[in-house]
Amino acid sequence: MRFSAMKVLTQGLTGNRGWRAHWRDPEPAEAYDIVIIGGGGHGLSTAYYLAKEHGLKRIAVLEKGYIGGGNIGRNTTIVRANYFLPGNSEFYSHSLKLWEGLEADLNYNVMHSQRGQIGLFHSDGQRDAAIRRANSILNQGDDAELLSVAQLRKMVPYLDYDQGRFPIYGGLLQRRAGTARHDAVAWGYARGADRLGVDLIQNCEVTGIDITQGVVRGVQTSRGAIRAKKVAMVVAGRSSQVAAMAGMRLPIESHVLQAFVTEGLKPCIDHVISFGMGHFYISQSDKGGLVFGGDLDMYASYAARGNLPMVEHVAEAGMTLMPLIGKARMLRSWGGIMDMTPDGSPIIDKTHIEGLYLNAGWCYGGFKAVPASGHCFAHLLATDRPHAAAARFRLDRFRSGSGLMDEEGTGAQHNLH
Amino acid sequence: MRIECPLCGTRDRREFYYSGHATALARPAPDAGAEAWDDYLHNRENPAGITEDLWHHEFGCGAWLAVRRDTVSHAVISARLVKGNQL
Repeated sequence: MRFSAMKVLTQGLTGNRGWRAHWRDPEPAEAYDIVIIGGGGHGLSTAYYLAKEHGLKRIAVLEKGYIGGGNIGRNTTIVRANYFLPGNSEFYSHSLKLWEGLEADLNYNVMHSQRGQIGLFHSDGQRDAAIRRANSILNQGDDAELLSVAQLRKMVPYLDYDQGRFPIYGGLLQRRAGTARHDAVAWGYARGADRLGVDLIQNCEVTGIDITQGVVRGVQTSRGAIRAKKVAMVVAGRSSQVAAMAGMRLPIESHVLQAFVTEGLKPCIDHVISFGMGHFYISQSDKGGLVFGGDLDMYASYAARGNLPMVEHVAEAGMTLMPLIGKARMLRSWGGIMDMTPDGSPIIDKTHIEGLYLNAGWCYGGFKAVPASGHCFAHLLATDRPHAAAARFRLDRFRSGSGLMDEEGTGAQHNLH
Repeated sequence: MRIECPLCGTRDRREFYYSGHATALARPAPDAGAEAWDDYLHNRENPAGITEDLWHHEFGCGAWLAVRRDTVSHAVISARLVKGNQL
């Protein structure tokens, strides 16, 4: 079933009785060529591109819960390509290009909205860093504009420009950045993969990984054993537990990252805006809620909820930057579990076990990466060679010390990102 | 979250700086080899459940603590002093 305006119109006029489930609910087969552990955004996009770009057929995605129930269903939905370092730079550039063609490719409305992201700066030093970053973004082939205070006042008049403590010196704008409807991204990729023959198997928890003589043979699951020629671990948030089934210890520590949403309001914040003097970023969803977030709680956690000190910090930072949000009532907050690597950058690589592949360590930046992560991981799985856009996301970079991507410049050490 | 400092009593999480897993106490010998040092510096068991990590009571007595706690419930179980020469 293809979606079209005509389809929506005719269905609307006939009581919407003709819609069918977006994907099948198959029983797991005994064997597949490739088993993907994890039915989140990255796992689904990996399956989709394996089927679409590489023509592979016998693929299964095993999901412990339900499709769209993990971090893909709980994030702040920001899509951008304004990274600085080689490695991240070309990867997120690749991802943004995939985002721009995604709805046509999937025949699915993911509500991708290129409303622009503004990163504010508040000192001469931050301005210099923003100019340097802008030049790096332009060199990677993407867009970046430096905004003066006068320009900012026209675009976003509601910021508190005149306060003495954190004066606003300007902003770095990426017009092609924006947001997307996070659930729809999962659903769109799931539907696309299913239509190409991928088995999406929900309520199927992997309980073991079968390895003999250094070669992966398949997985044990809550719905029985499944043989596989290749097994892909794509379970950011639970990577350490799944990798432990293969006897691996990963360079990952799990942390909780909180986000918040207010009641629905009329349109008031048209862009994605990041504060440069406290950890706070905000956008307004199409439903009207203000969606905003802050930094990690900064201690190892799997609790999927945070503590009050970070709630307080985010609320204070928000009120400092834009006092107009003070009257909005916060409806919900939630915490997502982040795979934090020592340098704050991800891993897409083979493991030392033949046929076992790893996609992990997305830190707090996994959502915008969904298309390119799947695209590049599918390339690695199908060809056994890294995709050019993800060639630096190596697992052994910590041991060798070569090719670390430490965007914050704080050192490749746990608890500093 | 509150942590019971053996010197100061129960204090708010905001008084403490988190420094990562207590694996930092098991420093390998200088000549233990690249693999042991990589494991020590980067690789983590990262348990979903009981863990032990290091916290610095920086806005209190300045002591370093090894805190046993549950990463799933955020319950703090116990805290013990760590000697400076162990770090």
